[in-house]
Amino acid sequence: MFNPNSSGIVYDIKRFAIHDGPGIRTTVFFKGCPLNCWWCQNPESRSPEPEPKGQLRTAYQGDLLYRDDGLIGKEVTVEQLLKEVEKDVLFFDESGGGVTVSGGEPLLQIDFLHDLLQGFKAMEIHTTVDTTGYAGYDRIQRILPLVDLWLYDLKLMDDSLHRKYTGVSNRVIIKNFLQMYEEKAPLLIRVPLIPDITDTDENLVAIAHFLSSVDKNLPVELLQYNQFAESKYERLGLPVPGGHKQPQSTDEIEQKKDIFRQYQLKVR
Amino acid sequence: MNERIRKLREQTLTAEPKISAERAKLVTEFYKSPLAGQVSVPVARALAFKYILEHKELCVNDGELIVGERGPAPKETPTYPEISTHTAQDLEILHTRPKIPFSSDAETRRILLEEVRPFWQGRSIRDRIFKEMDAEWIDAYEAGVFTEFMEQRAPGHTVLDDKIYRKGMLDFKADIQRSLEQLDFFNDPQALNKREELKAMNIAADALIRFAGRYAQLLDDLAARENDTKRRAELQQMAAICRWVPAHAPRTFWEALQYYWFVHLGVITELNTWDSFNPGRLDQHLYPFYKRELALGTLTPESAKELLMSFWVKFNNQPAPPKVGVTAQESNTYTDFCLINVGGVDAEGQDASNELSYLILDVIEEMRILQPSSMVQISKKTPDRLLKRALKIIQTGFGQPSLFNTDSIIQEMVRQGKDIVDARLGGASGCVEAGVFGKESYILTGYFNLVKVLEITLNNGRDPRTGKTIGLKTGEPASFESFDQLYRAFEKQVNRFIDIKIKGNRIIERLYAQYLPAPFMSILIDDCIAKGKDYNDGGARYNNSYIQGVGMGSMTDSLSAIKFHVFDRKHFSMKHLLEAMRDNFDGYDEILDLILNHTPRYGNDDDYADAILKQIFETYFKAIDGRPNTKGGHYRVNLLPTTVHVYFGSVVGATPDGRKAGFPLSEGISPVQGMDVKGPTAVIKSAAKIDHLRTGGTLLNQKFTPQVFDTEEGFDKVAKLIRTYFRMDGHHIQFNVVTADTLRKAQQHPEQYRDLIVRVAGYSDYFVDLTSELQEEIIRRTEQVI
Repeated sequence: MFNPNSSGIVYDIKRFAIHDGPGIRTTVFFKGCPLNCWWCQNPESRSPEPEPKGQLRTAYQGDLLYRDDGLIGKEVTVEQLLKEVEKDVLFFDESGGGVTVSGGEPLLQIDFLHDLLQGFKAMEIHTTVDTTGYAGYDRIQRILPLVDLWLYDLKLMDDSLHRKYTGVSNRVIIKNFLQMYEEKAPLLIRVPLIPDITDTDENLVAIAHFLSSVDKNLPVELLQYNQFAESKYERLGLPVPGGHKQPQSTDEIEQKKDIFRQYQLKVR
Repeated sequence: MNERIRKLREQTLTAEPKISAERAKLVTEFYKSPLAGQVSVPVARALAFKYILEHKELCVNDGELIVGERGPAPKETPTYPEISTHTAQDLEILHTRPKIPFSSDAETRRILLEEVRPFWQGRSIRDRIFKEMDAEWIDAYEAGVFTEFMEQRAPGHTVLDDKIYRKGMLDFKADIQRSLEQLDFFNDPQALNKREELKAMNIAADALIRFAGRYAQLLDDLAARENDTKRRAELQQMAAICRWVPAHAPRTFWEALQYYWFVHLGVITELNTWDSFNPGRLDQHLYPFYKRELALGTLTPESAKELLMSFWVKFNNQPAPPKVGVTAQESNTYTDFCLINVGGVDAEGQDASNELSYLILDVIEEMRILQPSSMVQISKKTPDRLLKRALKIIQTGFGQPSLFNTDSIIQEMVRQGKDIVDARLGGASGCVEAGVFGKESYILTGYFNLVKVLEITLNNGRDPRTGKTIGLKTGEPASFESFDQLYRAFEKQVNRFIDIKIKGNRIIERLYAQYLPAPFMSILIDDCIAKGKDYNDGGARYNNSYIQGVGMGSMTDSLSAIKFHVFDRKHFSMKHLLEAMRDNFDGYDEILDLILNHTPRYGNDDDYADAILKQIFETYFKAIDGRPNTKGGHYRVNLLPTTVHVYFGSVVGATPDGRKAGFPLSEGISPVQGMDVKGPTAVIKSAAKIDHLRTGGTLLNQKFTPQVFDTEEGFDKVAKLIRTYFRMDGHHIQFNVVTADTLRKAQQHPEQYRDLIVRVAGYSDYFVDLTSELQEEIIRRTEQVI
């Protein structure tokens, strides 16, 4: 049994999410993140507490939040979230989809995450957790049996660059990754391609080299840069960290995928 | 696309739509002749049909493979004075309006105004209708509570089945003869009427054969003068085809297409039937010819495609006939709603898709022209391959083909009491209307403006636009103590106006049965020959009449706003809301903000709003469904707007959902433009709460940005989205795949976006041809960004 009254801070729910795992999904965004990535698409997710919304449009409207209280982030219960996610269960069934918990960093609110995942499992909904991997391993271990797929970000292999661009060391992230691999956690590695930061040949070769040394069958996904975040910073009245960048062309993406293919990795 | 097709396509795209006086002149000449007065009404109609086909100018376009035009040349469009006549002002408006013009020269105007119009005044069906309608009908009609389809176009809305591919006109004549021989004058009081009707059908069948004979002669003459040996051989072959069909059943793919085309011309020459006639399940009808000829080696996929493309051009050469009076405002398009069906199931309920389904989709994609419209029927047995092939075309932003749920269509028809095999062989036509092909007269009688009825309810029976009391006095809403009290008042008004509409419809049905039978159409639709009864008089096997509900989204949001803010939360009083609406919300920012940003709205999978939607549907359904028409059939509901949501919006003041006066209503069962904020699955969930199976069709439009389709994965997920909607019994869904940004650019630089075709509502149209209100409305529909 799960605790339906367990609660946590969520700042968005997105239905028909089609880039967050297999099939049609509903993605629940947890608030709070230990990283401070230059390219963060959701800067409003960093603080663990609700905050004034400023220029951002209310992310959701409806059953969960009728009267907009002007804040980003809201305390919600497991029961409320289950009810919201369950609405699209036919779409999950038809497409092989499910729920994705993203953030922020979901592992920050581990008790809530644990109860929530238990709730989804009780409803036999496929679960995906999108994580930075930056957390104590005990947290990961606690929910390991409840997660059908991990979306695991590898950003930069060079630790000094990782510290520079995300604010934290990558050593915990890599250590956790190896431990999860040992425990046969289903992993999909995602590499966000940030122009001139993570998409350099040097970094991609390092990631590919590392992954192939672990297991050539590990699936890898490269995420094309998009300018969505830039307009969000502007609306929030914040400077765009690192300045404006152009998304990679299809050809460039292919060249970057080739790096992984040279290491016999399955990349898409 | 080969050189020939490129040329034909160019020809049809550049042809200028003109008004042709030819048909009007001929039909008037005939009715002025003594003969017309000496025979029965149906026989006179058939003789008029014959007279037109004997005397109209023939046309063979350079390089074409299928012959026959309705007017003297492509896009020269006739008028139908026996239905309605154009005034000098109408002609001037049509000639000069910047969008969807029809030009007319001095001679055309002279004929129409001096020879044609005087004769038909008082005789045209439009004049007869307006003479017969009582004051309450006229009041409601003028207030914009409903429209009337039949005041300038004949009851049509039917689609052909496979019968012409099995029978020639000579075979139909034999059937007619048998029916004549079986007439029982001793016991059947209707025997004489039946005899006249059957005689008329016989004349009409002969008329079509002779019309084809004229073409055969012309083609022979052209062949004799042709220097190019290849074209000469073609012309000779075409002449031979026109000698064989329509008299006999077709033997080849080419003959089948030419036969259909003659039949099509016959139907649209006899009358200007609404929602133009079309061949329906083309991939099914043509497949036996295709397969046999492929095996024989007399046809290749390429030559079949060339013939189909030549056939496609013929549809595009026939714009929807020009309207008269104010109606021009409500349906402004050249599209005449021929909807080719692809896919679906066969008589046994098995998947019916075949190679030809894919070949036809290739034709649709390459031709990229307005007409004919196209759709794909998706049943649970339809392979994903066909759905994805259709999506590949939709993805290009063309707005075609639209997607229909075969399983729902069948269940809708079976609920109406139709035979399941007939239902399986049917499909959708017009915008989204379910029907049995070749056996049904399913008449759309007019749109019903639900939002206007709410406005009248909120004004205690008065139309605030004119100050006239046209509804029931159901009480001053400011005195209502509960939402239920308001809803009961609304329900009474709906029932009242539906009664008025149905009374009018019954009169109009009889006027058509009496004055404008359609003997040629009657040959084509079962069981007119067997019953000896006209298509317009209940001759068809199934006879349904529809009243199309408009504004479900606006209605739901309006009632939801009242229920939530006035009665549940008491944010403001009804009196205060009515004042705000009267002032178009000027100076009522607080109320408007509450309404716009804090109201449970349809399209967000929100049970509070969607429960109201269901309640409105039940009210509308109960007011209409099952009531008898005068043709042995029943009244039914469907939910679609074409473009009337713009006109209906223009006659309604500010509404409780925060819509300002004059703005368009929501279209079909789509949410209020821009108010669906939870993505496409939420829209679909909301839309599926309507009981689609008790309608005869619903229309849901969604807008996607092209990026959704960028990856194979995104593409698959859209396919699954559609499958899920259909699993929930959704009837129809269609997408505009174009960015709001592109549409804005097209508004600013129309000259650069001449070819931009978008989904309007159940059909596609050139974006630059749409009125600016409609353009704005499409831009406002929520763009689902992923």
